[in-house]
Amino acid sequence: MATYLVSMLNGLAMGSLLFAIALGLSLVFGMMDVLNLAHGAVYLVGAYVAVALVADGGGLAVFVLAVLAAAAAGAVLGGGLAALTRAIPHHLDQALLTLGVALTVAELLSVAFGNEVHSIAAPAAVAGSVTVAGETYPVYRLLVIGFGMVLAVAVYVLVERSQLGSVIRATVADRPMVSALGINTGRVLVGVFGAGAALAAVAGVLAGPILGAQPGLDERVLLLALVVVVIGGLGSVRGALLGALVIGQVQAVGAALVPEYASFLIFAAMALVLLLRPAGLLPAAGTAVRV
Amino acid sequence: MTDLLTVRGLRGGYAGTTVLDGVDFTVPAGTLVALLGRNGAGKTTFVHAVMGMLKPYAGSIRIGGDELAGAPAHIVARNGVAIVPQGRRVFAPLTVEENLRIAARRPAGAQAPNAWTATRIYELMPRLAERRTHRGDQLSGGEQQMLAIGRALLQNPRLLLLDEPSDGLAPTVVDQVAELLETLRGEGITAVLVEQDLHLAFRLADEVAVMQKGRIVHRGTTADFRRDRGRAHTLLGVG
Ligand SMILES: Nc1ncnc2c1ncn2[C@@H]1O[C@H](COP(=O)(O)OP(=O)(O)OP(=O)(O)O)[C@@H](O)[C@H]1O
Ligand SMILES: [Mg+2]
Repeated sequence: MATYLVSMLNGLAMGSLLFAIALGLSLVFGMMDVLNLAHGAVYLVGAYVAVALVADGGGLAVFVLAVLAAAAAGAVLGGGLAALTRAIPHHLDQALLTLGVALTVAELLSVAFGNEVHSIAAPAAVAGSVTVAGETYPVYRLLVIGFGMVLAVAVYVLVERSQLGSVIRATVADRPMVSALGINTGRVLVGVFGAGAALAAVAGVLAGPILGAQPGLDERVLLLALVVVVIGGLGSVRGALLGALVIGQVQAVGAALVPEYASFLIFAAMALVLLLRPAGLLPAAGTAVRV
Repeated sequence: MTDLLTVRGLRGGYAGTTVLDGVDFTVPAGTLVALLGRNGAGKTTFVHAVMGMLKPYAGSIRIGGDELAGAPAHIVARNGVAIVPQGRRVFAPLTVEENLRIAARRPAGAQAPNAWTATRIYELMPRLAERRTHRGDQLSGGEQQMLAIGRALLQNPRLLLLDEPSDGLAPTVVDQVAELLETLRGEGITAVLVEQDLHLAFRLADEVAVMQKGRIVHRGTTADFRRDRGRAHTLLGVG
């Protein structure tokens, strides 16, 4: 039982990170029908910011600095991607453009940091372990879970309870109609694109002590985030949260129970959801299935 | 009377096809002009072009003297145009209150004493007040239409574009919508009313224009149009 508790906690930590990553992907897709294939690369930028600043551990202050630097880099990349894709009319061209950015960024990172696997230490102050129900468990991962919970509440309040959140949800549902209300949806899009990318880059730093940094991680993360978005439902905050929690658990518990099949399990889960609910578990209302 | 909306030689369509084939159309300030025409004539395309939701190929759209052809919708909206679109298009995931709140804008220029506020909308449409906390997709068709009209009014527009507000509503509900629009007319709004329901159009409109294959083929007073049944029949296929 206690081993499953550890797996469940691992799943929660993974779910927290996946929520931070998938949120921007989902909202941007909901708003402009475009899959940002550079989203994984933005995450990897965050991971390498951590490599550059805090690889060997260090104070909490430096770690926070790394988080802020990653957020800034992510926001700039996201805003730039939004501006680039907006200038191009066709969806397929937009997707190809984000793919091009993804490949370029990944290549630059591998030139700068090499192809080896980098591990990243948690900040010294929170690098220890505590005993949870008789099992030792890393403090850092508990903090990641806490971050996920705070993020979920903050995003919920922002998106479901604020005026800006109404505009975001309306833009996901019917963008031309929002424009007809005098709202510059282009700016909404740049903002959401930028904020979503900043969150993905921050997740790259936070996941550093768990997943490290290496070439190819961007693609794995993008794929997981896509599965989360498909399971949860496009353009939906609650869907992204539920999808992230489900995939986090399936992955962690699956790895503990049937390690040899763990990587198939998440796709089995996705296939099952698609079979039963093609629009995902909690799709944004008013958005039909468009794939 | 001065024209609030003046459209000249408007051409437009989708992906290179021509739907609007040189539309000339005016709306004098303070009047309600009905735009009639068969299915597919191009009425919605026209209304979208005026709203800036569709970029025209050529032509001029002047609103109160400002040239707005080709301007994006949010700029057109800020110049005082609001739309009640065909199919209503209320925001499904937003509550009635949120639908109204994101539309609220103060009228351009000085403080207008009778500017539209959420409170006034709720007074005018008590049904919406009752359903305040319900989501857009939980409303009946009639309630959605009321909400779409309230949302447009909260923009405090100079020009209101109504695209088939009676579409898909039960006769009694059409009556409620008609009463609401009559009240607005009494307040002196300037509007374009696209309608298939001729009774509703005749009841509300000062003038009538008919669109056929992307052109205006008739324009005159409502009274004149009603008198000539033969013309209505040939233009619209109705008696
Ligand atoms: N989004 C679109 N893409 C391509 N063609 C379109 C689109 N919308 C409308 N059309 C075409 O443009 C023409 C005019 O359509 P429009 O919707 O403007 O007609 P309408 O007069 O509003 O008809 P209705 O009374 O049925 O609403 C039609 O032939 C229609 O098929
Ligand atoms: Mg129409």
